[in-house]
Amino acid sequence: MSFWNDPLKVAADWLEGLLTGWGLDAVFAHVLVAFLGVFLLIALLMVLDIFLVWIERKVVARFQDRVGPNRVGPFGLIQPFADIIKLIIKEDTTPGGADKVVYNLAPILSMMSVLILWAVVPLAPVMLGVDLNVGVLFLIAAGAIGTLSIIMAGWSSNNKFAMIGAFRQVAVMVSFEIPMLTMLMIPTIYAGSMSMNTIIQAQDPIPFFILSPLGALIFLIAAIAELGRAPFDLAEGESELVSGFNIEYSGMKFGMFYAGELLHAFTFGGFWMILFFGGYRFFGLEQVSPFLAILILIIKAMIGYWVIMWVKYTMMRIRIDQMLGFNWKFLTPLAFALLLVTALMNALLAGAPTWLYVLGMLLANVVTGWVALEIARSVTRKERMQVEGVKNPVEAHH
Amino acid sequence: MTAQQIIFMIVAAYTIGSGLMVVTTRNLVHAALWLVSTLFGVAVAYALLNANFIAVVQVVVYIGAIAILFIFAVMLTRKDMRDSGPQMNKNWWAGALVAVLVFAGLAFLLSGWSGFRNIAAELPAEFDAIGLLGEALTSPEAFVLPFEVASVLLLAALVGAVYVAFNPRSDKK
Amino acid sequence: MNEWLYIALFIVVGLIIPIGAIAAGFIFGPKKPNPIKESTYECGIEAVGDAWIQFKAQYYIFALVFLVFDVEAVFLFPWAVKTGQLGLYVVIEGIIFVSILVVGLVYTWRKGMLEWV
Repeated sequence: MSFWNDPLKVAADWLEGLLTGWGLDAVFAHVLVAFLGVFLLIALLMVLDIFLVWIERKVVARFQDRVGPNRVGPFGLIQPFADIIKLIIKEDTTPGGADKVVYNLAPILSMMSVLILWAVVPLAPVMLGVDLNVGVLFLIAAGAIGTLSIIMAGWSSNNKFAMIGAFRQVAVMVSFEIPMLTMLMIPTIYAGSMSMNTIIQAQDPIPFFILSPLGALIFLIAAIAELGRAPFDLAEGESELVSGFNIEYSGMKFGMFYAGELLHAFTFGGFWMILFFGGYRFFGLEQVSPFLAILILIIKAMIGYWVIMWVKYTMMRIRIDQMLGFNWKFLTPLAFALLLVTALMNALLAGAPTWLYVLGMLLANVVTGWVALEIARSVTRKERMQVEGVKNPVEAHH
Repeated sequence: MTAQQIIFMIVAAYTIGSGLMVVTTRNLVHAALWLVSTLFGVAVAYALLNANFIAVVQVVVYIGAIAILFIFAVMLTRKDMRDSGPQMNKNWWAGALVAVLVFAGLAFLLSGWSGFRNIAAELPAEFDAIGLLGEALTSPEAFVLPFEVASVLLLAALVGAVYVAFNPRSDKK
Repeated sequence: MNEWLYIALFIVVGLIIPIGAIAAGFIFGPKKPNPIKESTYECGIEAVGDAWIQFKAQYYIFALVFLVFDVEAVFLFPWAVKTGQLGLYVVIEGIIFVSILVVGLVYTWRKGMLEWV
């Protein structure tokens, strides 16, 4: 086992040997090395997070036909560091009537809920992170803590905007968690396991987005809602709530919410890729070296993150009634229908050859999506007719 | 004492401490947040028992849904979130007595059980707890009927909740 | 057990890093509070009263509906793990399970509880 094949294990063994050589207890040495490993991973994530700020600003600038940060350093690359220094030397104000303990705890929990997601990310074939057999549900569990941190921030600020923002955000999160949970079951059905690594292994010849494109799409929509990004950024609502739940936060506490949001988006881009696009897999390249596998995962996660940004900077914010209606009257029934169709097709096509299985699954997805769209179209047409009388809805525009 | 027992003791003390805070703190939202902390302690206890699925479900359902519901309920029903009334009534000693007796009774009953003193066994690597749970929940010889009845129970809960929440007076159109 | 130890480490480190960052902000930032700075921001207009007031009950109904479907999903996950291996009858059990709950969703819908008023 050389460093090139399994760098983490080699480094950990070497360090553990060193520590036990100094007379440390073997268990303690193991825990210490694990702690250092986790610390290293999270520190690297924070460094990545800093560059995410730059990437996000550059990408949004290109979407809006601007240049973006370009003054500090080459291509403005030093800009996020300048931002961080600014955030650190800003005054931390606390609103007068705020609940101090809860107010300070909220940004910490918000960041933590994002960072612990990386515990279950398989980085490479030899670096599985924690291969929990309930990895898929762990995603939702960490999201629960994120939801809690937002409601804590909104409530403790003693600001009406913050409160409204927090309530809206929680309403979005609890609503879209149902389609998300349901869509998490689709990789689970295909892989026969909830472990992230098994799900990646099960995508060996065919990634799940070919088997279930509709599932991947619904998961993306639910993930965007969970992230609180446009078109579901009701909690922030710059034009109405100024900044929503984090309105009263300043300095590094605001920085934690901001960095947490960006890293959360990147992480969910990564999970999207893991669950539906094969994670670190790329035509066998991942077997060459774990470094290459990590690189593939990061590039894929960047693509996922870019799609999330693309949606964010293309769509406008929708109203809360539209958001809830869209979720409960369209997305949730569609997610359930897709789940049942997937399970049924999976059982019916169990003995079929691979090409038939793939084709059957793909067709089932397309048909389910098409039927759902047709039903939605006819229902909305009826509703529009009711609102506009018997007039032809097309004519009513003129 | 093994490391596992020490961790369990710490978690148990933390859970009980949080539980005490739930009933003694005067601010209702703080009480709800302490409740979250208590529920998290219970989740850790499940994790210590190698019950991964139950531990994660504890966080997903209790913290992600029920605690949020509690916080909503507190914010919706009370205008003033600071409770100013007395926290104990004159029968507090009777309640304390019942609690101590229940604890003593349970401890007495459980001390006779063989599993009481055992620490959680290390599960073999190929032990597929969730697969076994899935098989048990869907096998006609095992728990398929309770599984379906659970759905009916949830339906009843949903219909009941909607019926209670549905206020015909506010629906004048 | 071991895997939860790593999760615990992630939680600990995940708490240490933001605490460290906020502490850095606390150390290096100026601390000159005054009543104007401490007042809550409501678009420049002086805030009237507490924010801790009664909120719209509508949120509560959605949280209730969510709770029911959350528990339902938890029941379905073990089913989803095994449905591929065990044959058609398991799938039919799942279909019955979900269909019963969809009745609940339809009931909620028809009662108008899914409308935002």
